[in-house]
Amino acid sequence: MTKPLSEVVQNIKPSGIRKFFDIVSEMKDAISLGVGEPDFDTPWHIRDEGIFALEKGKTFYTSNSGLKELREEICNYLKRKQNVAYDPLSEVIVTVGGSEAIDIGLRALVNPGDEVIIPQPSYVSYEPCAVLAGAKPVIINLKAENEFRLTPEELQSAITDKTKVLILPYPNNPTGAIMERKELEEIAKIIIENDIYVMSDEIYAELTYKGEHVSIASLDGMKERTILINGFSKAYAMTGWRLGYACAPKEIIRQMTKIHQFAIMCAPTTSQYAAVEALKNGDDDVESMRQAYNQRRRFLLNAFKEMGLECFEPYGAFYVFPCIKEFGMTSEEFATRFLEEERVAAIPGNAFGESGEGFLRISYAYSLDNLKIAMERLKRFIEKLRG
Amino acid sequence: MREELLSVLEKNSRIDLKELAVLLGAEEIDVANEIKKLEEEGIICGYHTLINWDKTSIDKVSALIEVKVTPQRGQGFDKIAERIYNYPEVRAVYLISGGYDLLVTLEEKTLREIANFVSDKLSTLDSVLSTATHFVLKKYKDHGTVFDKKHEDEREIITP
Ligand SMILES: Cc1ncc(COP(=O)(O)O)c(C=O)c1O
Repeated sequence: MTKPLSEVVQNIKPSGIRKFFDIVSEMKDAISLGVGEPDFDTPWHIRDEGIFALEKGKTFYTSNSGLKELREEICNYLKRKQNVAYDPLSEVIVTVGGSEAIDIGLRALVNPGDEVIIPQPSYVSYEPCAVLAGAKPVIINLKAENEFRLTPEELQSAITDKTKVLILPYPNNPTGAIMERKELEEIAKIIIENDIYVMSDEIYAELTYKGEHVSIASLDGMKERTILINGFSKAYAMTGWRLGYACAPKEIIRQMTKIHQFAIMCAPTTSQYAAVEALKNGDDDVESMRQAYNQRRRFLLNAFKEMGLECFEPYGAFYVFPCIKEFGMTSEEFATRFLEEERVAAIPGNAFGESGEGFLRISYAYSLDNLKIAMERLKRFIEKLRG
Repeated sequence: MREELLSVLEKNSRIDLKELAVLLGAEEIDVANEIKKLEEEGIICGYHTLINWDKTSIDKVSALIEVKVTPQRGQGFDKIAERIYNYPEVRAVYLISGGYDLLVTLEEKTLREIANFVSDKLSTLDSVLSTATHFVLKKYKDHGTVFDKKHEDEREIITP
């Protein structure tokens, strides 16, 4: 074949994580701090419901927007936990992970040339999804001194008359940053004044360690302009089940459902049955996993403090984002040497955007025993660097 | 802190105080005091080791024994339970709802020793009406811990 492939797709850079992945894969004995998924097994009662659904022969397509019972449970859950009320019949769509929700949400919102504001460091899929949707990504480089929270000034200066939507990625992967109510209120004010949409990726909403997560959709005047994205991967340790959802005003969901209907048909049926059980009876599991993560988070922060490694205290997700600027290396150099010399894989911060340069994403979705070994090696490594 | 402290200790009673304080986000002195209180209140009753004896060369036979008894006036089941749990070979005694009254667990070196305990000691107690002895063939899980399960990390090494 000589005909060229899609230019838009060809111009998308492969994820920075991919490059690092190729190096790591060579090293069989490395211990990893590099995953973005829980180390816990999906709680047994949830798996059991999935098995039961298979046994009962529930192996057909569901409706495009997902099992009605699941959509109802999602709405109950959001009301109960985030204090925001959605109509299960018209304002919810069940998707193949939060990933699909991000993609079809952006595609439903933007016209060619519209600007999508993306604060970084953040999850790797926002920018390519915005580009694939025909939008122009506008990056805000978040700052360590603000603990990687989005400030009203930063937002204000990124807004133009082409701005269509702000992606609000909190609790944040890779920094672990959260946004609290007061800060969200300031952001909401600007959003409303400028009449733009928000895509709020709240996939880590259950994993916060300082008060309850606040959804921007629950603030006055925001529900009508917000696509709230959440899912089962992180809270219930269900990454492989590929299940998430989006909630938004009826008209947006209607458009998203069209894309979903033709590209996906429906989210996996077995997973949807399991997810009903997760929402109905999973609160205790979430709490005990959250407690374990929180202990590990404290352990890592204390280890950094003891080795004098600079790191702000993150209150969300399962990542810490220490600063490695003192060593005079790029994140990639640091991560590569750390891997080669100490056999520990952590992801260079710049894989999540330029403003992640000088930082390292360390995941604590690992057992304490694992983290202890990794921290001993990190200590040895940075002592060597300091000479 | 109390509940979280207990749940950490229940999983790992050998954890040192310094680490425990870090995990709980508390001061060492406060954790130490809380542990002391929990011990005094009889909430923490001991620090045991979970052993899978099947993997050693030491033979041990365990049995669960259902016991039906006649409760004694004024003392209910407590008196008879005490007479049973005072035997050192008895590992646990539970008062149970349902078809029988007490569940006694026993660990001994041989089958014969268990048989002897049941026929000579247990059944001869005045208030014991009947017993049914179940020998344990294999322990899969004990104290929330699955024996013999290697947990391989099957995740990709790096994911976004
Ligand atoms: C911030 C964020 N959003 C969305 C996702 C997508 O998750 P999933 O598609 O498994 O729901 C991830 C996964 O790592 C994430 O970190």
